[in-house]
Amino acid sequence: MRNIWIIFRKEMHGYFVSPVAYGLLTFFAVIFGFFFWNGLGYLVISAMQAQLRGEAAPMNLNEQLIRPLLSNISVVGLFFIPMITMRLFAEEKRTGTIELLATSPILDIEVIIGKWLAALGLYACMLLFSALNMAFLFRYGNPDWKPVAIGYLGLLLQAGGLLAVGTFISSLTRNQIIAGAATFAACLMLWIFAWVGGYDVSTWAQVLSYMSVVTHFDSFSKGVLDSRDVVFYLTLIFLGLFFTSRSLESLRWRS
Amino acid sequence: MITAKGLTKRYARHTAVDDISFEVAKGQIVGFLGPNGAGKTTTMRILTCFLPPTAGTATVAGFEVLEQPQEVKRHIGYLPETPPLYLEMTAAEYLYFVGSLKGLSGANLKKRIDYVCDRCRIADVRNKLLSKLSKGYRQRVGLAQAIIHNPDVLILDEPTSGLDPKQINETRDLIKSLAGDHTIILSTHILSEVEQTCEQVLIINRGKLVATDSVRNLENRARSGEAVLVEVAARDGDLDPATVRERLEKVSGVSRVLQKEIWQDRALFEVQSVKGRSVRGDLARLVVESGWDLNEMRPAAMRLEEIFLELTQEESALPEEKSETQGAAV
Repeated sequence: MRNIWIIFRKEMHGYFVSPVAYGLLTFFAVIFGFFFWNGLGYLVISAMQAQLRGEAAPMNLNEQLIRPLLSNISVVGLFFIPMITMRLFAEEKRTGTIELLATSPILDIEVIIGKWLAALGLYACMLLFSALNMAFLFRYGNPDWKPVAIGYLGLLLQAGGLLAVGTFISSLTRNQIIAGAATFAACLMLWIFAWVGGYDVSTWAQVLSYMSVVTHFDSFSKGVLDSRDVVFYLTLIFLGLFFTSRSLESLRWRS
Repeated sequence: MITAKGLTKRYARHTAVDDISFEVAKGQIVGFLGPNGAGKTTTMRILTCFLPPTAGTATVAGFEVLEQPQEVKRHIGYLPETPPLYLEMTAAEYLYFVGSLKGLSGANLKKRIDYVCDRCRIADVRNKLLSKLSKGYRQRVGLAQAIIHNPDVLILDEPTSGLDPKQINETRDLIKSLAGDHTIILSTHILSEVEQTCEQVLIINRGKLVATDSVRNLENRARSGEAVLVEVAARDGDLDPATVRERLEKVSGVSRVLQKEIWQDRALFEVQSVKGRSVRGDLARLVVESGWDLNEMRPAAMRLEEIFLELTQEESALPEEKSETQGAAV
């Protein structure tokens, strides 16, 4: 436990003394800010038009604004995750510091979990920026907080799974660009697998579609905590971290 | 303190370390000597539990590298060939991180950081970013991280490579001052480094242990006879090297004369003599009495490659001695 904390602290330090964290947070804030502004503007206009037409439109912030915004974050996250994880192991392998970790009295799994938690921590910081925007909704509107909380939990779980995949990919190479590109490809594939299920009903298409990380987010964005989706994400996290530990182990036998 | 028995590391296409056995007693400095690619780094990586051996066993500080890697790691300090530095940290932050990794904490960790900064003379740069430090300072920070937890065994992979002569001397002095408290294995491909810092030497070539011996014995053993370089010049006019050579060969005790270089009026010869006979006086007398000038006479330095050649030849000629030396304690 203590070792995990040591690694976590070191990784967080690495993110925040370099421009990495600030760059990612800024770009995310800009992109999400645009989504928020755009979504809110559309909501306000359509509400005004409904009033002009004399309709008593059921205005639901959760359903009409927060849910699509959460889905947006879930997709935008796919683009940010490779940038968070690409350096995790690739950099250690390139600079040789992996030798320090491997010859210190610390278990591989502690290194892996510490690094993964740090990546998740940075992602959580990004989510905080989106929560700042959400805070305005609570200040001036009256949305239900429970679906929002479940939505954020879903985002963390989804990111956890993808970050674990990214951690694994980063442990395969010493080149950060390759790690980043491969993780991006993996994230994208795990998103667009869902499309197959749209037109094909054969078993393999359903399996492929089920593997999509984005479809599993649907229930969270609605504010529904479905254990199947939770288990799916937890499985992805476990597999990603398990393969990372196998990959580190193989490094010892191959290098 | 360190025992290796039949260590072997095989890869798909080649064998990096081939059946190496040795022992290192507590408090000694042992040099691991060999050309690049001889298997020094691989052996050290096995001892530090970074790589598992294909065959054989090694114990460090009483713990087996395959069975109790965590215990071994607790008792070693390791400096790889390139110091494993996180360049975005300051020296103090880095030492704090490594110290906590090795299990130190609180006031004790702070005390150790102060101590190693003082010992490795990096106190003046402790708050500088590692990326801003010169190569020499980085090497010292690397040493500082290796000793931060006061390990029983220090394993240093080419600790002086890439440093300038002044830094090399400083690093050597530092390493020497660490002996006693720690058992040290250091690798190098420079013979003089071993002569200056180490008490014992393990010579490794193509993955095989060629010899384990004390530095002095090794030099004597390699130099079966004596070799001197003699530069002879004519007093006036040209020199006939063939004549000089012929006369040098006639000196009793001389086994071989090699012509190294010839100029217009002088020539350089390497004169090898039979073991146990000093021929320098006779050579000097001969040259002077023949009416030539003796410009220079110096012992031919035994270079590492020559020692290797001799030792490998010896190995094939005397197989029983090989097994004896390999088993010998260092």
